[in-house]
Amino acid sequence: MTFPHASPFILAIRRDLLLAARHKTEIVTALFFFVIVVNLLPLGIGPDTDLLRKIAPGALWIGALLATLLGLQRLFAPDHADGTLEQMALSPQSFTLLVAGKIVAHWLVSGLPVVLIAPILGVQFDLPGRSLGLLMLSLLLGTPILSLIGAVGAALTLGVRGGGALLSLLILPLYIPALIFGAGAVEADLAGLGAEGHFSLLGAVLLVSLFFAPWATTAALRVALE
Amino acid sequence: MLSVTQLTCQRGERVLFQDLHFELPDAHWLQIAGANGAGKTSLLRILAGLTEPVQGTVLWNGVEIRTERSLWHRDLLYVGHQGALKEELNPEENLFFSLGLEGFGASPTAVRAALQQFGLQGREHLPVRYLSAGQRRRVLLSRLLLRPGRLWILDEPFTALDVHASQLMTQQIQHHLHQGGSAILTSHQPIPLSGGSCLTL
Repeated sequence: MTFPHASPFILAIRRDLLLAARHKTEIVTALFFFVIVVNLLPLGIGPDTDLLRKIAPGALWIGALLATLLGLQRLFAPDHADGTLEQMALSPQSFTLLVAGKIVAHWLVSGLPVVLIAPILGVQFDLPGRSLGLLMLSLLLGTPILSLIGAVGAALTLGVRGGGALLSLLILPLYIPALIFGAGAVEADLAGLGAEGHFSLLGAVLLVSLFFAPWATTAALRVALE
Repeated sequence: MLSVTQLTCQRGERVLFQDLHFELPDAHWLQIAGANGAGKTSLLRILAGLTEPVQGTVLWNGVEIRTERSLWHRDLLYVGHQGALKEELNPEENLFFSLGLEGFGASPTAVRAALQQFGLQGREHLPVRYLSAGQRRRVLLSRLLLRPGRLWILDEPFTALDVHASQLMTQQIQHHLHQGGSAILTSHQPIPLSGGSCLTL
């Protein structure tokens, strides 16, 4: 509490990180879920290294999608339940900026650990060092997309009964571009084709969602608050 | 000055109130009374700008609140039904963040002094989860001391407060009125304050 005049955006991030730190089980659960889902595949498929190398990018990416989905419903629900979201909407500061701060915090808590742990899991699939680096890079570009698009879905399903299942149905199809270009980048490089094209497209998806998602999320939240 | 004209509120098929008309000059306060479910909270939410009315306008100093949202929200201090308190955080952290998200900095000493004034010394570092309903309410009301605002909208500010805290609360409102502020509150009890009027829905 040393910066009493920190910007509201930074404070929104700090607040959610502090709350996450008091709820460590939630972060650990999502991360373990990721590790276990990804681990199941080599166990189920057997020690065919060629096949494992081929499916590795897809497997890790699908693991990342599912792990993100796990915590997404809790992105706005607690703040909605205790009235904090209402106070944020009534803040003289930009509501969109505060929402953007929450999305950044969500990525730091759920996306970044996945990026960091991915290369360790990739080793089990016998991925070469170069592919591990590319995989990390693709997840570094891709996991923010998952948080951004996910936030729109979380806001739209806020306060809906059985919102969890609806959220998955709504969001997973929207994750397809990120999945294709993200996993595709590593696959293309393994096949000897360049990964640049995939990375450019992944970057483009990231920019578009960076621009639209906070705004769309805020609009959906305002409707939920009515 | 807040002026409300021809305000109509509808929830689903039911019209809660219609053609509501009132003005609240500076240094005055208004009590909103009515049976449970009469639309008191709905009215407060419309005034705050959280809900759009079916019909009618709300003007703050002659400007419609929707057009100058940020200015309106700078002048407005709203304490709703729900606490907006995080159970995992202690009172100090709660106040620090709720003020910060509204763009008002608060020094730790000021926060501690406000909590002390509402009798929460020694509880500053206890997660809100361990506080009683009345103590949680006191944390919320400490915000009134820290967050500047010209118009206070308080939904049931006396709920769960003991006699002493209710007196403190009344004193706070009195002080706010003396400084030229205004207040709108819902309450089922009569409020011992002068210069007020009552609106029954």
